[in-house]
Amino acid sequence: MNNQTLPLKQETDIVLIRQKVRKAAEEARLGLVSQTKIVTAASEIARNALIYGGGGECRIEVTSRDGRAAVRLVISDRGPGIADIERALVDGYSTGTGLGLGLSGSRRLVDDFAIDSAAGSGTTVELWKWK
Amino acid sequence: MVDRIPILKMGKYLLLSIQVDMHDQLALDLQEDLTEQIVRHKAKGVLIDISALEIVDSFIGRMLSHIANVSRILDAKVIVVGMQPAVAITLVELGLSLEGIATALNIEKGMRWLESSVDDDAASGESERDEQPDAAPEAGN
Repeated sequence: MNNQTLPLKQETDIVLIRQKVRKAAEEARLGLVSQTKIVTAASEIARNALIYGGGGECRIEVTSRDGRAAVRLVISDRGPGIADIERALVDGYSTGTGLGLGLSGSRRLVDDFAIDSAAGSGTTVELWKWK
Repeated sequence: MVDRIPILKMGKYLLLSIQVDMHDQLALDLQEDLTEQIVRHKAKGVLIDISALEIVDSFIGRMLSHIANVSRILDAKVIVVGMQPAVAITLVELGLSLEGIATALNIEKGMRWLESSVDDDAASGESERDEQPDAAPEAGN
């Protein structure tokens, strides 16, 4: 079992996170499509944490869930938080210049998705993909 | 880390192959470089090979759409070739349709499409902007 926490301070950290998530997904022996989905979701959420949350960190775990090999990611920032999570999860909703697909799209790409945020206290997103 | 994606000129076309995991600034630089080279070489078409890309997220997707739009305004056709199946599946689920971007399975098919659409434009003067009706593997909108 392999756990690591990577910093998320600059754009190039997103690339490194993608590569480490890919490695973890391979280690959990996820199929190619599942690997691609979790890496893409990690990229979206990490970018959100960097752009809107001012950076933070990404924890990557190779673990299991209900007896299946799994990858668990926890991406957190200490930014302004999301005041209205329901709204932020709607396709096309964005407070920035993006397409507004980051959160809603990533949720579709993974097997389990949890978001914890409140105005003023940062945002933590947990993503799971299992075999 | 790579700091530029090379753009090759071949006749009236520009070719580029994205072989690295792009960080966001690299993608933005590529957009600018390509736009500048389209104008400088009066390119009529651009072929972008993404067969080595292991993911396309919304940022890269937006970059591709942006390139296609700017190129169209500069009278150059763009085709994106070689997307891996897992990437295509993921893109659709993410909710990105890459509207308005022509795609082909591989470089040969992409080149053929570019040649025929550029020829068609030349043949019909410059009045018609639309591509030929079927051979175009285009994601319409």
